[in-house]
Amino acid sequence: MSATAKFRENVEGLRRIAWDVAAKVVDPEVPVLTIEDLGVLRDVRIADDGVVEVDITPTYTGCPAMGVFTMDIETELAKAGFGEVRINTVLSPAWTTDWLSEEAREKLRDYGIAPPAGKASRRALFGDDEVTCPRCGSKNTEKVSEFGSTACKALWRCCDCAEPFDYFKCI
Amino acid sequence: MKDQLFAYVLRLADDAAILGQRLGEWCGHAPTLEEDIGLANIGLDYIGQARALYTYAGEIEGKGRDEDQLCFLRHEREFSNCLLVEQPNGDFAETIAREFFFAAFMLPFWTRLKASRDETLAAIAAKAEKEAAYHLRHSAEWVIRLGDGTGESHERMQDAVEALWIYTGELFEVDDTLATLIADGIAVDPEPIRTEWRETVARVLSEATLAIPEEGYAQTGGRSGIHTEHFGHLLSEMQYMQRAYPGLKW
Repeated sequence: MSATAKFRENVEGLRRIAWDVAAKVVDPEVPVLTIEDLGVLRDVRIADDGVVEVDITPTYTGCPAMGVFTMDIETELAKAGFGEVRINTVLSPAWTTDWLSEEAREKLRDYGIAPPAGKASRRALFGDDEVTCPRCGSKNTEKVSEFGSTACKALWRCCDCAEPFDYFKCI
Repeated sequence: MKDQLFAYVLRLADDAAILGQRLGEWCGHAPTLEEDIGLANIGLDYIGQARALYTYAGEIEGKGRDEDQLCFLRHEREFSNCLLVEQPNGDFAETIAREFFFAAFMLPFWTRLKASRDETLAAIAAKAEKEAAYHLRHSAEWVIRLGDGTGESHERMQDAVEALWIYTGELFEVDDTLATLIADGIAVDPEPIRTEWRETVARVLSEATLAIPEEGYAQTGGRSGIHTEHFGHLLSEMQYMQRAYPGLKW
């Protein structure tokens, strides 16, 4: 193997390690989901100057968790022995709940948060969603408020088991 | 072109920042807990939009000004937000009317801005459009609930609609800066939005059993820095920390 090829392989190996480290950072508001589960982590690169570059995208433009993500990614990478880190916020393509994996939806349900119902679309933005209670599975639920504990959630209530719960809005 | 683009992005940023600040004033004072959270959440959306826009404006200007400097260290006459967003919260009906008039414009506005030749603006628009859809739905529901509610709520909602009507015309104003950028495929021409805005307003107000005010004089001036008397007070509160402790970071 040529020296250049070996160098590239090392860089790729380093990149994968950096990705795995960054990918473990969890959402401060929904600690069962990692930024990888959420689709917030978009890319990890090793730049020519050796700096680790991380691209993240906000769920909502004003999401205050972005500051925490940035700090946690820097801390975790530093702990793993990486030096300088550059974190970029990318806006395009716009984040959508469609990026949540089936596994992530299952984790949300177990945590007591109803995952987004269906695919993001203009209809979903305007229409009334059919939301299933994460506790008892009943579809007999009602919206209490369009806005919940964080920008990405709405407040709902189950009419069968009477449990109030967060619903991860479908955007 | 650079100067015009800077001015345009700053307008959008100022609109969002000032309305975000106004909504933030409700924090801890809204009529119910859910609404307190709702208004703060909407305010947060606007502040997020403002941050992205100010940062971009600073890059265009190229003088090293960041989001904080643009938001907290400019004077009253340098702000180019529309007059509607700086109007005081008033009672809950006035806050809702202001939000409704603005969101009914911003939703079709962002939808169109997604097609801008400016990639950063298009990217911001793609996110903001989803947020504006919620803002419009939230405020329209309240207009209907209050308008078609009790005698008292109906009267207050009607008063709010009439008090703010004079500031809605400014949303459709086209000056030289805007005309240049529209011709270049960067900015959105507000004129075609007028019909859609009127239809939305007419549909919601009539469902709310409210009278639609007649077209009349439109108060403008915000885009060129001529603000209403409320604006200086808003800035003094919003900018206090940066003025008292220059360079402060959270």
